[in-house]
Amino acid sequence: MFGMPAEALVACVAVVAIALYAIFGGADFGGGVWDVLASGPRRAQQQEIIGHAIGPVWETNHVWLIFMIVLLFTCFPPAFAALSIGLYTPLTFVLVGIILRGAAYAFRSQVYHEARLPQFWGHVFGIASIVSPFFFGTCVGGLTVGNFAWTSPFALCVGLLAVALCAQVAAVFLTCEVRGPVRQDFRTRGMIATVVLAALGALALGSAALTAPHVFAALRQPQSLPGILTAMTLGFVVVACLWFRRYNFARIAVCIETVAILLGWYASQAPYLIPGELTYAQAAAPPETLRAFLVLSMCGGALLIPSLWLLFRVFKNAPLEYPG
Amino acid sequence: MGTSLAFHYIFAAIGVGFPMLLVIVEGLWLRTKDERYYRLARTWSRVLLLLFAIGAVSGTTLSFELGLLWPEFMRHAGAVIGVPFSAEGFAFFIEAIFVGIYLYGWDRLSPLAHWLCSFPIAISGALSAAFVTAVNAWMNTPAGFRNDHGRAVDIDPVAAIFNPAMPTEVIHTTLAAYVFAGFATAAVYAFTLLREPANRYAGAGLRVAMLVGATAIPLQLVVGDISARFDAHYEPIKLAAMEAQFHTEAPAELTVGGIPDDTTRETHWALRVPYLLSILAFENPHATVRGLDAFPERDEPNPVPVHLCFDTMVGTGSLLLAIAAWWAISTRIGTKRPGTWLARALVASGGLAFVAMEAGWMVTELGRQPWIAHGFLRTKDAVTTAPSLDIAFYGFTILYLFLATTLAWLLLRIRTDEDIQVPAGAIAEGR
Repeated sequence: MFGMPAEALVACVAVVAIALYAIFGGADFGGGVWDVLASGPRRAQQQEIIGHAIGPVWETNHVWLIFMIVLLFTCFPPAFAALSIGLYTPLTFVLVGIILRGAAYAFRSQVYHEARLPQFWGHVFGIASIVSPFFFGTCVGGLTVGNFAWTSPFALCVGLLAVALCAQVAAVFLTCEVRGPVRQDFRTRGMIATVVLAALGALALGSAALTAPHVFAALRQPQSLPGILTAMTLGFVVVACLWFRRYNFARIAVCIETVAILLGWYASQAPYLIPGELTYAQAAAPPETLRAFLVLSMCGGALLIPSLWLLFRVFKNAPLEYPG
Repeated sequence: MGTSLAFHYIFAAIGVGFPMLLVIVEGLWLRTKDERYYRLARTWSRVLLLLFAIGAVSGTTLSFELGLLWPEFMRHAGAVIGVPFSAEGFAFFIEAIFVGIYLYGWDRLSPLAHWLCSFPIAISGALSAAFVTAVNAWMNTPAGFRNDHGRAVDIDPVAAIFNPAMPTEVIHTTLAAYVFAGFATAAVYAFTLLREPANRYAGAGLRVAMLVGATAIPLQLVVGDISARFDAHYEPIKLAAMEAQFHTEAPAELTVGGIPDDTTRETHWALRVPYLLSILAFENPHATVRGLDAFPERDEPNPVPVHLCFDTMVGTGSLLLAIAAWWAISTRIGTKRPGTWLARALVASGGLAFVAMEAGWMVTELGRQPWIAHGFLRTKDAVTTAPSLDIAFYGFTILYLFLATTLAWLLLRIRTDEDIQVPAGAIAEGR
């Protein structure tokens, strides 16, 4: 199909899905992070805006995750089995986080007139929003290091990096959701998150250089450098856009930055799905399955894209005027 | 996994069936401009918010658990049955998008556009149930591949979706979702009517719920009968376990109730109807029905729970049909108030529908044992080798129990609190 092996096309679909999940799912998780970290005189407004921004889209944003899992077990079944066994523990933590987060969000919205309960579920929502991306990050890190060493220093750094990335994306997105002083709060938070993200990125690279030289070497390959350098540059662009109050540009920059980080990592791993063990070609399901999946993805995509457009059209067309 | 699945099954079923109620109630509001229907629709959309959120996270969990608990099953079967799962993924995507628009779009869309957004929810909900059930049907009657010493080769994903058991099982399960959603909602409003006879919304809510439940239940019994006949041809060992048929017989009598004894190979205290099983299974009173003794013992499911669950399902299903008929006749399809005893029966019907649905699921799962994919992979060979499985199992069970309790508590409060705040202007303007 299109002169490419089917597994390469499926891998492209996977990259798109992972990127969209990292951006939109990440923004959701990050919203939870800022919910916990809400502070200052406009604490309540910040939380309200977060709830307002996440409400209509969070379920959709998390379907990307389900889609990724399904893609993995349909098109690369041996890799799915190996990952599930190797990363059993951190994935279980991710799951507990996702369950509690979704439940807490829905529960909180139904108990707002109570005294203590909204606070309780708010905390659960926030903490779960930190736990899930952290353990996701350790899964990615552990996968990169090899032997599923998700507790290795590099993997733990990637976990922290993932949380910071979510927080950065969310803060930038939130500046586009609201006008007035609350927007300034998120503007500051976006800049802080970018600095923290850069620091953690340096820490991750440092830990790779010290404890996992093969990872460091892979990240310095010519194929992965463009992604990593783009991501670093865009970090500066995000801060600059926020500084000059170009919120829409900041939003675009943060999306490209996220994609660049992923592509840099993806390229450093290629052609391996599980480093040293399984390449994409080795893990691929038979071509009949891959073809059926691709056809299905095209049909599904044809329904999905207009629906997504409608969703964002209805809820994300203009920032809220907030008297704050 | 069983815990997660049983938990998810409840919410998924309501998630499939409940949007149909919303389609009807909001449509009724648009047609009649009766503000009771509007308030019901607003109340129910809060119910949907909670149920869909929990259904979505428990569904996410399941997609992971397929790998976390059954890695070997997925390694062998993933390529064969992944495609319907992917189709389910897309259906769920559409459902999630329109649920978002529906729940949060009350003030952003015109009433007609808002109502139209409830259709994709109901349709994609039914479709996602259909795709997932297609996978379960595949586990019962695997198709679309060749078994080459335990490896699946020559895969044909389309044939895997349209496996022999798929049509009946899909319809049976989807209808079960409508039956359950209809009767469960009806039970809540019947209970309200008993406690607060003056409640203005309970009558309307009960009517909409019973329109769905009472339409689905007779269809369900017909499809159930077709499924059993299907089993007679394609899954005879499951039928034998369902009917506690230890010995091959011609003509075969139907065993109703009773407790099968696996050691003496006999069923005690059962009601036996001569010829009936032969008639039901093969439409011929003298047809031979194979018993469990016709199959190797190592392929045999435990007939005790399978038979008990099967009879429970049929029994509760028949009771539901009787209650639905009683409702249709005595209230003239919901235009008159139900009497006290009917209301009590309707309250009970919620529990009966739940029991029927879970029992039906147990029949298909336990009736397939010891296989996870019949004739292809055994359950014990499919389970994960990862350590500390039981800690995770107890942890998830406690977590789910906690969430279920909170959810039930919140849902019950929504019902009591049905007088939700509707902006006064909204109704006057026809919104």
